[in-house]
Amino acid sequence: MLFWQRTLPVLITFVFGIALVLQYYVPHPASENFLQEISVWNQIIAGFAIVLGVGSLLSTHYLKIKHQESGWGYSGVLFVSMFVMFGAGLWAEGKAEGTVFGWLYDYVLVALQGTMFSLLAFFVASAAYRAFRARTLEATILLSAAVIVMAGRVPLGEYLLPGIGQISDWIMNVPNTAAQRGLLIGVSLGGIAISVKIIFGIERAYLGGRQDDSA
Amino acid sequence: MGLGMKGWGLASRAENTPEKTRRFPSWWVQIIITLHVISFPCRSFALDGMVVLTVEAVAFDMPGDGGGSIGLRWDGLLEETAEARYQIFLSDRAEGEFHLVVTFPAKTHYEKDRPAPWWLMRAQRPHTHFFQVSAYAEAALVDGTEYFLKVVALAGKTRIESPVLSATPQANWFHWAKLNNFLFMLAFSAGVLFSIRYARTNPNIFLRRIPGIDAVEEAVGRATEMGRPILYLTGSGELTGSGDASNLSTIAATVILGEVAKRAAVYGTEIKVPHRSAIVMAISQEIVREAYLTAGRPDAYSEDINFFIAADQFAYTAAVDGIMLRERPAANFFIGYYFAESLLLAETGVSTGAIQIAGTDAEHQLPFFITSCDYTLIGEELYAASAYLSRDPALVGTLRGQDLGKGFLLVGLVLGVLLITVGVLFGLPIFETAFQVFHDFR
Repeated sequence: MLFWQRTLPVLITFVFGIALVLQYYVPHPASENFLQEISVWNQIIAGFAIVLGVGSLLSTHYLKIKHQESGWGYSGVLFVSMFVMFGAGLWAEGKAEGTVFGWLYDYVLVALQGTMFSLLAFFVASAAYRAFRARTLEATILLSAAVIVMAGRVPLGEYLLPGIGQISDWIMNVPNTAAQRGLLIGVSLGGIAISVKIIFGIERAYLGGRQDDSA
Repeated sequence: MGLGMKGWGLASRAENTPEKTRRFPSWWVQIIITLHVISFPCRSFALDGMVVLTVEAVAFDMPGDGGGSIGLRWDGLLEETAEARYQIFLSDRAEGEFHLVVTFPAKTHYEKDRPAPWWLMRAQRPHTHFFQVSAYAEAALVDGTEYFLKVVALAGKTRIESPVLSATPQANWFHWAKLNNFLFMLAFSAGVLFSIRYARTNPNIFLRRIPGIDAVEEAVGRATEMGRPILYLTGSGELTGSGDASNLSTIAATVILGEVAKRAAVYGTEIKVPHRSAIVMAISQEIVREAYLTAGRPDAYSEDINFFIAADQFAYTAAVDGIMLRERPAANFFIGYYFAESLLLAETGVSTGAIQIAGTDAEHQLPFFITSCDYTLIGEELYAASAYLSRDPALVGTLRGQDLGKGFLLVGLVLGVLLITVGVLFGLPIFETAFQVFHDFR
């Protein structure tokens, strides 16, 4: 049992981890074909996993309706929406153009997505208000940099304060890029380190098991 | 330059196939060209439109490629005039028919301009030309097929051909330009493994405090005191591809989930983990189940702790925002990889008054989390969190390995900046060449 739950997954992780690391350095077409094959397998696994996802979704909302938990009406809306969309998709034979399925997608789903995305503008404003309150030295520097960058990016800023565009570019190209690259170096090294831990079976928490000292 | 021109032939303007090329014995050619070079100054060549190629033209399979290309290298002309140009001909038979591949001015396509590392370049000579051929008659070159090439120099009314050269393209098993990358990867991986070994024998390694991780205990405690749930999000990573940038942060998010779930199980606090990816949900279910077992509370575990919402970005965001507003969790964790939904989630969390801890390596979302959350794990701190929370020597050792890598890069950066600056100031390109070891060649 331990072999199937622990040893085999670690072995598969090791073999495929090493193979995919080496793949980056091997230009031979066989290497590219291997990568494509892995991508196909990933898609197949993801396809099966969606069954798990939909099962979980239906189960969660079924229980909410059954126990009449707070907000159970929304679960009812979910069931109705899901089956209407599913039925429309089957009826349209998967085609979108000129079908009810396409209409629902274009005029309901896309509209709802757009509505959610548009909320971002308001949230950016509220977050900026909190971040730019100049209560500390750091917040003051942040506020000053933000004002310069924003002014440098619009024609009015350059018109009122000639040269502010160059200062804005300098802030973006020098301190901002330096900070991003510093972050990237740390993330890359951390990424390699976590990959080494996973490939060699040192980090196994993702398998759902406790760490042990046998690695 | 002309002293070593063994094998070169002179041909009339219209003839370019091997059988039509009138061959001279090599010693004849040498004598003629030597006399030319000795008796005429370079300027005379330019005035006469005379073009001379040397013997060192070579055709070869391109090293370190995936096949389908041939490299061609030859030394330049004595005097490359404005009208001088080169032509490259290719055939799949030694006797022709040769197809024109390219024509270009003689003052272009120098090997020194080729973006290749010094460990792949032979001793650079400023007049050496290079051209890579990868198609024949508008079709890609076929690996394992021998191709025949020749270089033709044209200047004014003079035309000189190289002998027919041959090469066979092959797919290679190692990309030699990535040798530096490969060696660094090996050295860093060895460093990490060595650090883990060291940490097992010397477990008392100092770890600097990371406020965001220290706050995990506080957040779980707060939720317990308030009798409200903990909301833990693993981000938008899907674990569906080897090239997916979100893979590592998603794995890190699931590892931290285990530690948070363990604490929630100990305190008997409800934890909710909505997912965008069914694969991540399945992994998280295993991790949370194990956490409850480890905490000695298998009875408190429920499969409903992890649940799938939707793969769609904004449907997921709307649902999670709804959970925040209806159930008012006392602590929100945003760990993993995020896109535009980061601010929508974090700002909604702010409005509910929850303590919020975020952790991501998505640098474009970091400002939003820093603005809206109480604590933010920045970049690599996300990967360090599991070591920090578990204090497992094996995991802590990797942090030491990372620090060694960072130290090495830091020294390399400072030294590189200094030496390359000195090189530019004093005209010493050697430093720039040497520091190609830090360049990522593709």
